[in-house]
Amino acid sequence: MPSREERMTDRVMVLLGTRKGVFILDGDPGRSAWRLRGPFCNAWPINHAIGDPATGTIYAAGGNAWFGPAVWRSDDLGETWTHSSEGLAYPAGETPVTAAWSLAIRDGTLFAGVEPAGLFSSDDGGRSWAHVAGLRQHPSRPEWQPGAGGLILHHVVPHPGDEDQIWVAISAAGVFHTQDGGASWAPRNSGTRCDFNPPEKRYPEFGQCVHALAMAAGTPERLYQQNHCGMYRTDDGGRAWHSIETGLPSSFGFPAVAHPSDPETLYLLPLNGDVSGRYVPEGKAAVWRTRDGGTQWEALRAGLPQQNAFFGVLRQAMATDTLTPTGLYFGTNTGTVYASADEGDTWTCVAEHLPAISSVETILVSA
Amino acid sequence: MGPPRVVVTLPAALVALFPGCAGRHVVAAETVAGAIAALDRAWPGLRDRVCDSSPAVRRHIRVFVGSAIAGLETPLTDGDEIVVLTAISGG
Repeated sequence: MPSREERMTDRVMVLLGTRKGVFILDGDPGRSAWRLRGPFCNAWPINHAIGDPATGTIYAAGGNAWFGPAVWRSDDLGETWTHSSEGLAYPAGETPVTAAWSLAIRDGTLFAGVEPAGLFSSDDGGRSWAHVAGLRQHPSRPEWQPGAGGLILHHVVPHPGDEDQIWVAISAAGVFHTQDGGASWAPRNSGTRCDFNPPEKRYPEFGQCVHALAMAAGTPERLYQQNHCGMYRTDDGGRAWHSIETGLPSSFGFPAVAHPSDPETLYLLPLNGDVSGRYVPEGKAAVWRTRDGGTQWEALRAGLPQQNAFFGVLRQAMATDTLTPTGLYFGTNTGTVYASADEGDTWTCVAEHLPAISSVETILVSA
Repeated sequence: MGPPRVVVTLPAALVALFPGCAGRHVVAAETVAGAIAALDRAWPGLRDRVCDSSPAVRRHIRVFVGSAIAGLETPLTDGDEIVVLTAISGG
């Protein structure tokens, strides 16, 4: 018997940002059959593609080695696309923006994080952009150092009920928070480690290599963080972070995905370590799930390869849908997509042989 | 007498970003920057694809005036041929 949500849903779209454009997987409401479309966006490298659940518009953030940064937009579920970078630029004389890296939307305002790290907003659906200049005016900015992927602002987490509050994650500057609409920002890194620093500088105010930032459902002060050096939870908006990595096979990984309705449930995909190859531990793929805020963890392996798997999953390449039971999806840096229609208990390969996958997001299309 | 009239040839990968845009244009401009600005007025956003905010021609784009590599301030004379190319990098 289909659930009410399944009856209301015409299709599930899984949006894939890849090294060679956007691809879209169209799935039936039961999530048992999938059809692949793409590549879109002229095969540009796309770091993040999202859908606006209010309008159905799809946005894709990327950067092309020839043509620079742009945010692409489709109003017809991916059939046609336009692009713009009007205003998506720093003042003359500063190092130019190379690529857009992360997108988020709140009440019609679109946010874009870019490389080198900065934040922009758009109130006209990505046609033009305004620099949220306060972030780069933070006194720590001259000391921000790039991670392996560059000095990128890779997660934007707006407070759902307070338009003045936003959290951002920057590699490798850490988490910053504004509570005045972006005019001023404060580091939110207390309790997160920098194992790559000398012992006396293991817990600096900023400079952490945050990999992913996720807000728990319905509890905006609770955030989860996958870091280069550990897994953390905060219950006060990032003023204090606490390690929740006990029980995980590794303290290293990239994505962190919160359950869409249960603030205690989180999904990770730990890798074997930053100097060990950065693939799934022992060549066996598993998504790890906690249902109690990080006290206990379980490995979810059914349907995932358990030998000779040497892929990684990048920071924005795992997502849920909002159906019941919750669907979960991840894409690998070797171009394979796995999907689960039962909260991660069992998995199916739904696409392979794609370019390296940078991001995975979902949007439901109403019947 | 107005500004020099020049011919601008654009690379296929750039033209593909602006549906309907031709690969060859005649514009009137005093400098390379002026020629690109003229194209941007006809095809909004084209300048951002060729130039960064430094401002400069993007690192993996080359602009030639005749056989010489040009910059944004390179002056133009009547009849110049401007060729915009994408570098071999970028795949």
